Amino acid sequence: MDIWNIFDKEWVPVGTWVETALQWVVDNFRFVFQAIKVPFDIVLTGLEDALTGAPDLLMLAVIVLIGWQAGGRKLALVTGASMLSIGLMGAWEESMVTLSIVLTCVIFCSLIGIPLGIMAARNDKFWTVLRPLLDLMQTIPSFVYLVPIVMLFSIGNVSGVIVTFIYALPPVVRLTNLGIRQVREDMVEAARAFGASKRQTLYKVELPLAMPTIMAGVNQTIMMALSMVVVASMISVTGLGQMVLRGIGRLDMGIATVGGLGIVFLAIVIDRVSQSFGTSARDRGHKKWYETGPIGALRKLVGKG
Amino acid sequence: MPDVEIECRNLWKIYGANEKEALQAVQNEGLSKEEVRDRFNCVLGVRDASFSVKKGEIFCIMGLSGSGKSTLVRHINRLIEPTAGEIHVAGHRVDTMGEAALRQLRAESIGMVFQHMALWPHRSLAQNVGFGLEVRDVPLAKRRKAAEQALAAMDLQGWEDHYPDQLSGGMQQRVGLARALAADPDILLMDEPFSALDPLIRRQLQDQFLNLSKKVKKTTVFITHDLDEAIRMGDHIAIMNDGVIVQTGTPEEIVTNPKDAYVAEFVKGISRVSLVRAKTIMTPLEGQNPTQKSVPVESELGDIIDTFMDDQSPVTVRDAENNPVGIITITDALRALRG
Repeated sequence: MDIWNIFDKEWVPVGTWVETALQWVVDNFRFVFQAIKVPFDIVLTGLEDALTGAPDLLMLAVIVLIGWQAGGRKLALVTGASMLSIGLMGAWEESMVTLSIVLTCVIFCSLIGIPLGIMAARNDKFWTVLRPLLDLMQTIPSFVYLVPIVMLFSIGNVSGVIVTFIYALPPVVRLTNLGIRQVREDMVEAARAFGASKRQTLYKVELPLAMPTIMAGVNQTIMMALSMVVVASMISVTGLGQMVLRGIGRLDMGIATVGGLGIVFLAIVIDRVSQSFGTSARDRGHKKWYETGPIGALRKLVGKG
Repeated sequence: MPDVEIECRNLWKIYGANEKEALQAVQNEGLSKEEVRDRFNCVLGVRDASFSVKKGEIFCIMGLSGSGKSTLVRHINRLIEPTAGEIHVAGHRVDTMGEAALRQLRAESIGMVFQHMALWPHRSLAQNVGFGLEVRDVPLAKRRKAAEQALAAMDLQGWEDHYPDQLSGGMQQRVGLARALAADPDILLMDEPFSALDPLIRRQLQDQFLNLSKKVKKTTVFITHDLDEAIRMGDHIAIMNDGVIVQTGTPEEIVTNPKDAYVAEFVKGISRVSLVRAKTIMTPLEGQNPTQKSVPVESELGDIIDTFMDDQSPVTVRDAENNPVGIITITDALRALRG
């Protein structure tokens, strides 16, 4: 052996180990991962069927109304224009698929991320363990876990949701943790002083006060989910990402641009709408949500407002 | 004693991981605050505090920041767990009480007002004030009614559906008071309630609270860093320094007879005109004939001085039955005024 070039030989075969370990997991525990897929599958299929099945114009109207409700007429205009552009470019169907993937991902990220964040805010030890995990999830290149995900969950839109879930979960956990910790000490103390239990304090004081921060986390999660769309298309996830990927593969600048623009417009819509949900009641002038937007207008019309 | 509403006996609070060991060492060796910090990495918050508050009186705990007064008051409703000692509130042992009973006590019997108001910004005033009832699942209509009444008692009728950020500081603290009174508790804990307000508003709120207090007679523990306020408000005052209750007494006792240099320093600037009473400064009558002028035994120094305005001869002090009991010369009065 050449002593000067000792690194010609592979001394620590990490690659082989991982491969063997993964193969072992796949052989013995694939059913576990298939079971994990089920809830994702149900929600995704439901959303996808609804969004792609509904008539285009109805969907457009619903999205504009949601925009109006969330952020007033200006936002209604922005969402309307963006969605109209997507439709006119001929990327409507794909954008609905992508939207359903992103929404599924956000639902699961919130469902799991917000309780995790609350637990982290309550327990410093848990947070010290969780933090490096979140760092890892955010920094590890998503290409690295594409392969094991495919082996464990196989390919398709559901696997795409799972990949996106891993990547997009950290912000909502982090910001929930931050939001709860930032609630002023005397607000919590006052709740306790008036006889509130831990649970009542959480629901009546801590969560409402942390809500703007939590919603900022949800917004970040949505944005990260959208940014995974193209990468996820490599494990044959359909939608706008696939258009971009196809464009790259065929050097078809046109289709890639349409896909790319579609993602941008969709991002604008989802970002603005989700941000508007996060503004606190104080910034809205203490109006209840049902007193504004189309629902408020409707209530006025029937004489309840 | 049946008329004692709140009593703390030998209360200790030490913050830190080794609180029990630190307590042992402090009790056995009498360590100072600094020694406790260096040896056990613990902070001594309250040191062997004992006091009792009678039903219906206002008990002021006065001390500078860091003296442990806010820590001490939070033991009464056990927002802070004591390291050692007993807490009795309205006949219950608070320090050994179970979680559910404690929550009930807090919701029904003890109202609290905070220095920085601590109103919840996302809740309307009615929701803020009705919170104590809400956590006990009182129906909405009843809650609303109680909130309206409590707000009206603080001159805030019509503001029920406004939010805290739409109110001035003085109004916010009135909401804080209304919240504390909404469940009609027997006890009020007030943690520097008026400190964050400007002097004029503070004075107004003090008066408003005193008036209210005369009417409803709540047992009140009132925390303040301002001796003037303590004297204005308190039936009894406890002065705290470094976690220790240095002296307890009526305002007059504290002002006329400070126990140590620390209390004396505080008392120096306090006006004695309306504090010192005839019985404290008079010389008992021993055979002398009473003079023409006379004042009742409970009269204030200010009234006594008034009698010297035109006529500097000594004044006789008479008790409730109009019997002469003592005599005060102008020198006595001036000396009392000087302190």
